[in-house]
Amino acid sequence: MPTLATRPELFDREFLALRAKILEIAATLDRLDRSPGSLAGDPRVEQIREAFAVLTSHDSDRAERVQLVFSRPYDPNWKNNLA
Amino acid sequence: MYYFDPHIHMVSRVTDDYETLAKMGCVGMSEPAFWAGFDRGSPEGFRDYFRQLTEFEPKRAAWYHLQHFTWICINAKEAENVSLSREVIKLIPEFLDKPGVLGIGEIGLNKNTPNESTIFMEQVELADRLDEQILIHTPHLEDKYMGTRMILDMLDDFADLDHGRVLVDHVEEHTVRHVLERGYWAGMTLYPVSKCTPERAVDMVEHYGPERLLVNSAGDWGPSKPTAVPDFILAMRRRGHSEAEIRRVVYENPLEFFSQSRNFEFRPPEVPAEADK
Ligand SMILES: [Zn+2]
Repeated sequence: MPTLATRPELFDREFLALRAKILEIAATLDRLDRSPGSLAGDPRVEQIREAFAVLTSHDSDRAERVQLVFSRPYDPNWKNNLA
Repeated sequence: MYYFDPHIHMVSRVTDDYETLAKMGCVGMSEPAFWAGFDRGSPEGFRDYFRQLTEFEPKRAAWYHLQHFTWICINAKEAENVSLSREVIKLIPEFLDKPGVLGIGEIGLNKNTPNESTIFMEQVELADRLDEQILIHTPHLEDKYMGTRMILDMLDDFADLDHGRVLVDHVEEHTVRHVLERGYWAGMTLYPVSKCTPERAVDMVEHYGPERLLVNSAGDWGPSKPTAVPDFILAMRRRGHSEAEIRRVVYENPLEFFSQSRNFEFRPPEVPAEADK
């Protein structure tokens, strides 16, 4: 099933929402910078950085790749390694 | 538009929610057995829960002309207690012949532990032996990908399982393809914060087509929205999809999947020939 709206139509409809979401991220990052304490060693910081890199890439499976950034990887030998 | 919610926990909702769902076009729902927010202390606690699912909820739904169906199992979270789980599994068969019981579910994984896997396998075995349909819960957030792949690996051990009678729920962008390409049904759960939004669910329908895809609210005792399926219907319309395409996902698909259960005696609402076009 294809996307029915044209790219300019979709962009028109989504522009303000996209802008708002990006601003929200920018403000959250500023808020983190202003606050005391440190996130050194917190692996989630690197996940956020990796997710940003996915957003600025040009492939069309960004949502799937962002999901994988925040996922524990699949271990095909899990049956032996689990216990 | 009429729709059917394939996954919603009505025991956690008030009677007003049944009324609201009916007003929004819902004609029926299927309610899997799940975790109540606390661990139950005994098998008898589960027997009472299964009675609530099979006796009282259908009655409450019927007050608003809704048809309520259900699934019986020990859920993934309480499956961590293997001895209690085995006691509960012994209770399952006596409920499978009750009216409106569609199969065994929602079984699955929660934290991807060895105990959860053991109890998952034992319940798939039971379903396989009794020829019951299966509804599967996949884990949340960082455990979803690994947990879904583990579940699919475990299902591979059942060589003659009919994949068309298994529903793998709570799929998202990174798991939906793995589920569909093996011939299982996939459920998209619209849930604030931790799962999928209506817009992303429409994306997945556009990406993979409507075949074997379901959409549900999974409304429960947490911050959830029992009327999430109408949100999806509206999002589909705003993206330009036809009424026939929308109806396929929210009404015909659930009926097609559930019709494979011997206890699915659904009486479709009367639709005047032209009214739903
Ligand atoms: Zn559920």
